[in-house]
Amino acid sequence: MEDLHHAETPATDIPPRFHTGRLPNSKSGDGKPRLLLMGQRRSGKSSISSVVFHKLAPSETLYLETTTHIKKESMHSFMDFQVWDFPGHLDYFDPIIDTENIFQEIGALIWVIDAQDEYLDAIQRLNTTILNLHHTYPTINVEVFVHKVDGLSDDYKSDTFRDISQRVQDELADHGYDNAPVSFYSTSIYDHSIFEAFSKVIQKLIPQLPALENLLNNLCQTCRVEKAYLFDIMSKIYIATDTSPTDIASYEVCSDYIDTVIDISEIYGWDRPAEDGSAELLETGNDDAESLVVFERKGSHYLYLREINKYLALVCIMNDEGPGEKKALLDYDVRRFQEGLKEMFPRTDRDVPPTEGAASGQPSG
Amino acid sequence: MNSTKRHKQRKVLLMGKSGAGKSSMRSIVFSNYVAKDVRRLGATIDVEHSNIKFMGNLMLNLWDCGGQDGFVDNYLTSQRTYVFGSVAVLIFVFDIESREFAADVVSYSNIIRALSENSPSAKVFCLIHKMDLVQSRLRAQLFEERAAYIKSASEGFAETVEFFATSIWDQSLYKAWTQIIYQLIPNAGAIESLLNELAEIIDARELILYERTTCLMVTHVTRVAETSNPFIDRFERISSILKTHKQSMARHTGIPAGSANFASLQIKTGRFMFFITRLTENTNLAASIPASEQVFNSARVNIMLVRPKFAELDIAAKTRPAIQQAFAHSADSEGAPSRERERERERERKGDVFGDENGNGSYRGKGKEREVHAFGGEFED
Ligand SMILES: Nc1nc2c(ncn2[C@@H]2O[C@H](COP(=O)(O)OP(=O)(O)OP(=O)(O)O)[C@@H](O)[C@H]2O)c(=O)[nH]1
Ligand SMILES: Nc1nc2c(ncn2[C@@H]2O[C@H](COP(=O)(O)OP(=O)(O)OP(=O)(O)O)[C@@H](O)[C@H]2O)c(=O)[nH]1
Ligand SMILES: [Mg+2]
Ligand SMILES: [Mg+2]
Repeated sequence: MEDLHHAETPATDIPPRFHTGRLPNSKSGDGKPRLLLMGQRRSGKSSISSVVFHKLAPSETLYLETTTHIKKESMHSFMDFQVWDFPGHLDYFDPIIDTENIFQEIGALIWVIDAQDEYLDAIQRLNTTILNLHHTYPTINVEVFVHKVDGLSDDYKSDTFRDISQRVQDELADHGYDNAPVSFYSTSIYDHSIFEAFSKVIQKLIPQLPALENLLNNLCQTCRVEKAYLFDIMSKIYIATDTSPTDIASYEVCSDYIDTVIDISEIYGWDRPAEDGSAELLETGNDDAESLVVFERKGSHYLYLREINKYLALVCIMNDEGPGEKKALLDYDVRRFQEGLKEMFPRTDRDVPPTEGAASGQPSG
Repeated sequence: MNSTKRHKQRKVLLMGKSGAGKSSMRSIVFSNYVAKDVRRLGATIDVEHSNIKFMGNLMLNLWDCGGQDGFVDNYLTSQRTYVFGSVAVLIFVFDIESREFAADVVSYSNIIRALSENSPSAKVFCLIHKMDLVQSRLRAQLFEERAAYIKSASEGFAETVEFFATSIWDQSLYKAWTQIIYQLIPNAGAIESLLNELAEIIDARELILYERTTCLMVTHVTRVAETSNPFIDRFERISSILKTHKQSMARHTGIPAGSANFASLQIKTGRFMFFITRLTENTNLAASIPASEQVFNSARVNIMLVRPKFAELDIAAKTRPAIQQAFAHSADSEGAPSRERERERERERKGDVFGDENGNGSYRGKGKEREVHAFGGEFED
């Protein structure tokens, strides 16, 4: 309970609109954030959506066909959201298109730029879009994915990234739009970068983020965990991490670890006939999966995973200090973390919420 | 330890035309390459030898034979007895994409002939490789056709030759290599009976013994509860999962993938429990057990106790008397696991296998506290 009290005072200065439980620009407000994937033809929009949300093998995207009409998909996870994959050739402001319908309830506009291709036209079009939206929907988050960077040398990669972000900001400033809310990510479907970028995009849409970070910080402190991630199991997007510096390497190892646990669980978690019985199931007391890996060399890391609910898993990296005793402590604290989370996201758990509107309501201040 | 001279050296020839994918598969299975790295490999010049200590008692002596025509001619002429003498296994790799399949088979026949002259009791495996390049609906038929054709050209080996469809991009590679390795293990039967007893005692649903570096399965035992597991490809899947995990850890920690081994892994769910622990110098044991802390804890302790038995088997390559007695007694003993192991070694040296004098209390069925303890012990290795 103490955690939760603490958690309601956000650590960062987030504008109050994030705490309404609704999204910016939402009119009717069914509360499903919408992620729009836009950009030039063949920039990689459909590939991104298939790899992240449908687990398509990256190499299989070679066979994707060009998108001819807006493809809308609903994702059901710790929070529900929609992904709209646009055809690249569409003029998004053609009067035939119902812009209002598209941009209302938007969570984020993700603009994909192929970094291996000529990108000046793409930037031009992105800026037109931002300027158009600026007047009607000033609060939209614009997220630019500088994409397909796997084919580029490190130097060229960072040059391209800098060049693109510079050009976008400069041109917008020329049109009198300073400090536009545009973020840039360099991404590729062939490594974890696309998942990391998506994680950051989604995190901006989670009203409870500061509270979550607080819970994770507490956990790290009490159990001397090095890094803790709260993962959406299905997409392997992380919806929160503690506020210590994040590096992609630790995200990768945790994400891969989820795969290991899921793959093995699939093999041995099949529906077996009741022979070895429900009594044992009772004995274990829970059916949340948990896992621990201890490495052979002293001084190296070890990993801990715990299923928090149907959608979420907590993954922690720890270093070498008697994992045995620590695990008992961790088990205890993770259970407390789980309680805190349950109150924050009552609807995502299998349990009925204990009290209505426990956490996600209006902040007191 | 004087185990070296007891090693069974087993010579394995890896042949097939240049570019078929021999060095690629060798690097992935034995040197921790990931599939996308193999493009960097150059053509093999002459023969590349590697010695792989597979289990304590099995040393693979792998000959990766460059497939360019000039080299092959040498193998068949001036180096004939040197190359084809005392071969245990020939692995011949066919490239499914090859435009000259008929010519490949002619070359294969020449090699088969040299093999039957010099090592008539060798075992032949044909891998029809790069299957990923064939559309999945055509794969099975194409494989059957090719296999039938190759079989007819296998002369004296036609009855025993085995075929596998493989690709470096999926677990099929592990399936083939697991079968190959199994063929080479000198005392598979003894290992299996020991595993069987262990499985009974700890009430495991399944036990898988695998080699730590390659993650290739040595053998497994499956008991009633697991026999109808719908994932019949689970053994090669597990190899592939564990290998991927190893590589991920290596990338993260910066240690070479060869030494990125875990001391233990455990997964507990409401449906099953699973753990992996070290068994001998080169092998790990993976166990699937019922979802019960009690079974889990006693299994870990019992495995710790049986380790010396497997280690012995590893070296001496001969069957030992049953181990039941050992379990019966040791399950009644008390004391820190590591000390217990010390004492076991001591007793063994005296010829008193696992006798126990001050036995009271039980490892079996202890709660959480015990588990933690077992963990600490694990880590001391
Ligand atoms: N190298 C590389 N290629 C990528 C990446 N992402 C996508 N591609 C390739 O880019 C090509 C086009 O991908 P799509 O996802 O169909 O592009 P799109 O933006 O949906 O195209 P439209 O539907 O026509 O607008 C495919 O051949 C993908 O394999 C990436 O991260 N790296
Ligand atoms: N698509 C596909 N390509 C593969 C596969 N295995 C190997 N290759 C490719 O085949 C090429 C040749 O592989 P190598 O392993 O060097 O061939 P090799 O048989 O050792 O050739 P030599 O040493 O000249 O005898 C490599 O570029 C690999 O990328 C596979 O399963 N699928
Ligand atoms: Mg598309
Ligand atoms: Mg080679």
